[in-house]
Amino acid sequence: MVLEQHDPALEVIDMPINMGPQHPSTHGVFRMVLVVDGERIVDVVPHIGYMHRGGEKLMETMDYRQGIGYADRTEYLAQFSAELCYCMAVERLMDIEVPERAQYIRVILTELNRLSSHFMFMGAFGIDAGIFGTSFTYAFAQREYLQELFEEVSGDRLMYAYFRVGGLAWEVTDNFVERCHEVLKHTQQGIRDLDELMTRNEIFMARCQNIGAFSAEQAVAYGLSGPMLRASGVPWDLRKDEPYSIYNRLNFEIPVGNYGDVYDRYLVRLAEMKQSVSIVEQALGQLPPEGPIVPEKMPRRLRTPPGEVYARVESPRGEWGVYLVSKGGDKPYRLHMRSPSFCNLSALKAMTIGQFLADAVVILGSIDIVLCDVDR
Amino acid sequence: MLLSAPSVDISQPFFSALLALFAITLLMTVAVAYATWYERKIVARMQYRLGPTRTGPFGLLQPFADMLKLLVKEDLRPATADPVTFELAVFMIFVPAFLAFVAVPFTADWLISPLPLSLLFLVAVSGLSFIGFLMAGWGSDSKYALLGGMRAAAQLISYEIPLLLAVIGLVMVTGSADVYQIILFQDKVPLIVWQPLGFLIFLTASVAEVERPPFDIPTGESEVAGGVFIEYSGIRWSMFQLTSYVNMYVFALLGAFVFLGGWEWPFGLDVGWGYQLLLTVLKMSLFIVFYLWVRASFPRMRPDQLMSYAWKVLIPFALLQIFLNGLVIVYDLPDVFLLITSVGGALLLGWLAFAVVRRGEARRPLRMIATGQGAAARSAI
Repeated sequence: MVLEQHDPALEVIDMPINMGPQHPSTHGVFRMVLVVDGERIVDVVPHIGYMHRGGEKLMETMDYRQGIGYADRTEYLAQFSAELCYCMAVERLMDIEVPERAQYIRVILTELNRLSSHFMFMGAFGIDAGIFGTSFTYAFAQREYLQELFEEVSGDRLMYAYFRVGGLAWEVTDNFVERCHEVLKHTQQGIRDLDELMTRNEIFMARCQNIGAFSAEQAVAYGLSGPMLRASGVPWDLRKDEPYSIYNRLNFEIPVGNYGDVYDRYLVRLAEMKQSVSIVEQALGQLPPEGPIVPEKMPRRLRTPPGEVYARVESPRGEWGVYLVSKGGDKPYRLHMRSPSFCNLSALKAMTIGQFLADAVVILGSIDIVLCDVDR
Repeated sequence: MLLSAPSVDISQPFFSALLALFAITLLMTVAVAYATWYERKIVARMQYRLGPTRTGPFGLLQPFADMLKLLVKEDLRPATADPVTFELAVFMIFVPAFLAFVAVPFTADWLISPLPLSLLFLVAVSGLSFIGFLMAGWGSDSKYALLGGMRAAAQLISYEIPLLLAVIGLVMVTGSADVYQIILFQDKVPLIVWQPLGFLIFLTASVAEVERPPFDIPTGESEVAGGVFIEYSGIRWSMFQLTSYVNMYVFALLGAFVFLGGWEWPFGLDVGWGYQLLLTVLKMSLFIVFYLWVRASFPRMRPDQLMSYAWKVLIPFALLQIFLNGLVIVYDLPDVFLLITSVGGALLLGWLAFAVVRRGEARRPLRMIATGQGAAARSAI
């Protein structure tokens, strides 16, 4: 008779590893508990909420003008997208028509902001893949030019709060158009630099191709949006599919990937940056030199009629939406933010299981989350 | 002998060894301090930065500021760490790295101890450090450190083989396993000319052996957050760093000696010891700059890719180099054949690396869509 001996000391067990919230590559205070078998990931348990501060609830206690600042603080890499979305929601509720010049300036700034956000992605993603800071400094050198421009326009480097319900806070600087052209020159150089540094790099390709691949069906089922969804082959871009502001007057193309892997997400973002440059150039050409930046009959105190509205924009990370319920008065009754970071992050588990530990970092980097936007 | 102070009899073995040890440790500490300064300056220039500028002219005192900071830091040991393993691990890495200098001929006269198999000694001694990494990884009682230690052990052992095979090709060509003799062999033409394939393999494997990017997998900042060093602080951590730079010097020196001809001027010119030292340092610097350069431009490899690269690419090609050398030697072909076959092998290696990375069909480029089709595409799914 053979006795099955079981020595608990010799049992092979999978090792749980706690990654974050202080791990260098979790992009803020994201935490995931990885269960690994050697280097291969068996299970992932993401933990979010370290940055939760009730932004939505806070915005309900403030009047419509004050809420703009909170849109900034939520999506702190694509502030103009968030402001635009919030303002659009209130404008729709109040039925305000935004003057043309303000529309153009909004689009110009939003697209420049998309560039600065994607630069941030490029830099951080390079570090995730293991480049010792070169991509980061390349990207941040360019980001600095953009931020200087934003500072000149809005007076702040991070929390711009420049858009207002109905238009803009104040007129842009006199040399705004020249400054934009000047910055775009640097930006194009920066895109070229990053392209040369990373795109055709053999190790970079080996690290990114066929990693964390998501099919179009999966991507739609998980509610992904933005570059994540487009990399999987679904040409969904709100700027084209549901043109808001003046996007239908501009010629641009939507880059769509074929494989849905990390490399495609990178390529889609790189191509989007080139498109954004062209969008800004066109918008600068069409920008009316004179004109009001707020409607003539703007009420001094913003009061919305009762009703509900959902506005969404294509932020650098995907569909950024604001759902607003009003029961009249100067404060929203309920406000909900649909953040692409949160929805895209939900796919992390499905993408990571079965990959290597080193891939988890790259996959998380490719989602391009803003933790504050996830936790709100 | 290393030093020639006239008043004491340094020919006594014990005394001279002590002196040499002291001199080397001092020399390497200063050299390493300036390697960090140099690295920071060079990499900063590659990254639109200035590097250290505030401490002294050009930030030249930065290494000393760093050293002072590290020395006064608290020496922490995690409560659950294995005390003996944790503290001994540092020395298990530190000592072998400095041992290698026993067999390093800086110039024709500056050599601590002539060893008939000094080439093998150098490779073998520098390969000992994986024990220290494993001890540090295990003794720290940290999962990241353990992962880092395991990665280090796997990597160092795997890359030791192609490295050794590449230098064995040189032993076949020169007929000696003594670094000194190999340098003398290169008085006219450095061996890189005869053995380009071996040189490429050595270069790659040596980057992996010193654990610098793109092979810095055991310490990968973005993955294992420092790996084996994660629990070390203060003086112990700085000893780890010192050792990793000393290892870099050892491999750079080894490469300069066996492939670039060390202190020999290419065309057989006989120069004094000052020039010899200068030549050694210059040739070594080429390697060091190469290490820094790849650090600033390459992403990190994944552990499985790293291992398959060693076992499926480097080792077969190192064996091919040995085979080709064997053919030339056995059939007594002219020296040119060494060059031809090795270049052929190197081209084959390049083609293979290219083909392996771009295996399968070429990736389709992105589609550029100018009209809104998203809603239709989504409803089709």
